[in-house]
Amino acid sequence: MDVLVCVKRVPMVGGRIALQGDRRRLDTSLLGFTVSPHEECAVEEGVRLSEAAGGSVTVLTLGPPEAVEQLRTAISVGAHHALLLETDRDDFGPLATTRAITRAIEGLEAERQSPFDLLLFGNEAADTADYQVGVRVAHALGRPVATGIKHLEVGGGSARARRTYRGTEELFILALPAVVTVKEGINLPRYPSLPGRMRAKKTVVATLRPTYEAEGLEMRSLAVPTTERRSAEVLGHGVEAVPPLVELLVKLGVIE
Amino acid sequence: MSTVVCYVETENGAVLDASLRALTFARGLAAEATEVSALIAGPPGADVTAQLQSFGVTSICVLSAGGLTGYAPLALAKALAAMASRSEAAAVVAAATDHGNEVLAHLGALTGLELAANCTKAHLVEGERRFRLVRQRWGGSLIEEAVLSAATGLFSVAADSVQPVPSPAAGSLAVSEIAPQLDALDLALQALESPEESPGISLASAKVVVSGGRGVGGPEGFAVIEELAALLGGAVGVSRVVTSLGWRPHREQVGQTGTRVAPDLYLACGISGAVQHLAGCQSSKHMVAVNTDPSAPIMSRADYAVIGSVAEVLPALVDAIRARRSSC
Ligand SMILES: Cc1cc2nc3c(=O)[nH]c(=O)nc-3n(C[C@H](O)[C@H](O)[C@H](O)COP(=O)(O)OP(=O)(O)OC[C@H]3O[C@@H](n4cnc5c(N)ncnc54)[C@H](O)[C@@H]3O)c2cc1C
Repeated sequence: MDVLVCVKRVPMVGGRIALQGDRRRLDTSLLGFTVSPHEECAVEEGVRLSEAAGGSVTVLTLGPPEAVEQLRTAISVGAHHALLLETDRDDFGPLATTRAITRAIEGLEAERQSPFDLLLFGNEAADTADYQVGVRVAHALGRPVATGIKHLEVGGGSARARRTYRGTEELFILALPAVVTVKEGINLPRYPSLPGRMRAKKTVVATLRPTYEAEGLEMRSLAVPTTERRSAEVLGHGVEAVPPLVELLVKLGVIE
Repeated sequence: MSTVVCYVETENGAVLDASLRALTFARGLAAEATEVSALIAGPPGADVTAQLQSFGVTSICVLSAGGLTGYAPLALAKALAAMASRSEAAAVVAAATDHGNEVLAHLGALTGLELAANCTKAHLVEGERRFRLVRQRWGGSLIEEAVLSAATGLFSVAADSVQPVPSPAAGSLAVSEIAPQLDALDLALQALESPEESPGISLASAKVVVSGGRGVGGPEGFAVIEELAALLGGAVGVSRVVTSLGWRPHREQVGQTGTRVAPDLYLACGISGAVQHLAGCQSSKHMVAVNTDPSAPIMSRADYAVIGSVAEVLPALVDAIRARRSSC
C-alpha cells in the first residue's frame, strides 16, 4: 500500500487577516505556517493505511523553499519520503499546480515502476479554496476520484470512500489506483513523536523545480471584508451578568 | 444573446435554496439578455418546473442515463459539457456546495476550462471573453478580485453572498432529456446512497448553538454546555482546539473546516474568535460571548459579552433558567 499525499503550506492566521501594502499578499511577518486541517488528516490517513497494510507514505508539496518545514512535520508523524516542488512564485493557480503535481507524480511512478495505490489530497486548500486540484490530477492520470471523504477503507484492490451530503450517506467504490480528497474529521491526527522528529531532521527531502505556465484566472487584489466591527455590549462581569443575560435570552425569544 | 448553463440541485421535490442563488448569479453574468439552461439529475416535478421558470430558466435538461441510480458527478459533468458546447455557453454555474464544486471540478478537468470557486460576483466584460469576478478565500475571511479569461467560464457561487431573486421576465420553458455518452468509468463513479443516522438536533440548522472552546477547560467542562444547549433547545458546537485535543467529536466543530451554522443565537463560550472559527458562525443573527479576556477578537464580532469564566457563569445561568421555569 503506497500512498502519496499532497499538502500546501499556508499561514496560520489567527484573530485577523492583515494584508501587505500592495493588497496582493498577506502580511505573514508575525505568523507561523501550517497546512490545512484537511491535509493534516490526509497525512494521518496515509500513515494509518501504511501501518495497517505495510507500504510507504510519500508527501509532496508545491511551494517556497520554507515549505520543507511542512514536509518535515509530515515525516515526524509517520510519512517516509518527501518531495518539494520548489518555486518562488506565489501565483501557481489550480491549473499550473495540477500540471506541476501531475508531472512530478509521473516522474516518481516511472522511477518506482508502479503507480501509487492511492493519492490523497485535502478537499480544498485553506487559503485559496479552489476545490479542484485533486480532481484535475485524477483526470490527468486517468484515475477515479472521490472528494470530501470522511471515512475510508482500502482493501481488495479498491477504496470504499464515504461522506454525508445533506443527510444522505454517499459511498463511492473506486478501483485502485485512485485519488481521494479528504476532510477534517476523517481521523484525529497524532502529534509528532520524539523519534519522529529525529527522523524528520535527518530525512533527505528531494527537490524539483517545476515550470510555471500562465493560466486564465488571475488574482488582481485582495481585501478583508468590511464586516461591521462592533464592540460587544458588555452585560456584566462574572455571575453578576447572569440576570441581564437571562433578560436578553427572553428578549431574543430563546426562553419564555 | 448569451447562454449560461446551470447545474441545479433538488431535494424533496424542490430546488435547493443555494441553487436558486446560483440561478440569480447566472442571470446577472452578462449585460445582454441571457438564456439560462438548467441541468437536473432527475425528472422535475411540477414544483421544480415552476420554481425554475420563475427564476428565468428557459430550458431544462434532465440527465437520462441507464445504470445510474445515485449522484454521479462525472455523468453530470459530461452532460454539462455537452450542453455548454451545444449552446456555445458563456459560462457554466453551480452552487458552491460539495456537489456543485465537485461537478464543476470534473467539468473543468474534462474540458480544460478554468473554474473560479466560491464566487460572490462575476460579469462578462462586454465584447471580450473575459470575466471580472469576486471570490471568497479563507472561508470568506478574505475577498479576492480576479479576472478569468476563458471561452467558457466555470463559476461556483458562494451561497450566503447572493440573494435569490426571481426573474422579472420569466418566459416559456422547454424540458428535454440529455443522455451523455458514458463509459464504464463514468458509471462506476456514482454514490450508493443511504440515509444518515442523525445525531439529534442538526448543528447546521439549529436555532440556538451553544459553543465551547479551549476556555471550557477540558472534556468535563462540556457537561454544562450540553445542559444549557438542551435547556435552550439547541445544539452543541465547538472550536477546532476542542476537536484536536479529542475533547469532543469533529461533527460538532464550527468553522472553515467544520460545519457552517446560522442560528438565531450563537453563544460562544471560551472561544477566542479566530477567523476560521468565525467563518462558520458569522451568519448568526445574534452572538453572545462569554470570555475572561475583554480584548479577545470575539469581542469585536459579538453583539453582547459577559466578561467572566465559563466555569462560573454557565452553571449560574443554567440555575437561573431552571429557577425561572419552575416559578412560571
Ligand atoms: C486552515 C485552518 C483552518 C481552521 N479551521 C477551524 C475551524 O473550522 N474551526 C475552528 O474553531 N478553528 C479552526 N482553526 C483554528 C483557529 O485558528 C483557532 O486556533 C481556534 O479556533 C481556536 O480555538 P479556541 O478559540 O477554542 O482557542 P483559543 O484561541 O486558545 O481561545 C481560548 C479562549 O478562551 C478564553 N478563556 C480561557 N479560559 C477561559 C475561561 N475559564 N472562561 C472563559 N473564557 C476563557 C481565552 O481568553 C481565549 O479567548 C483553523 C485553523 C487553520 C490554520
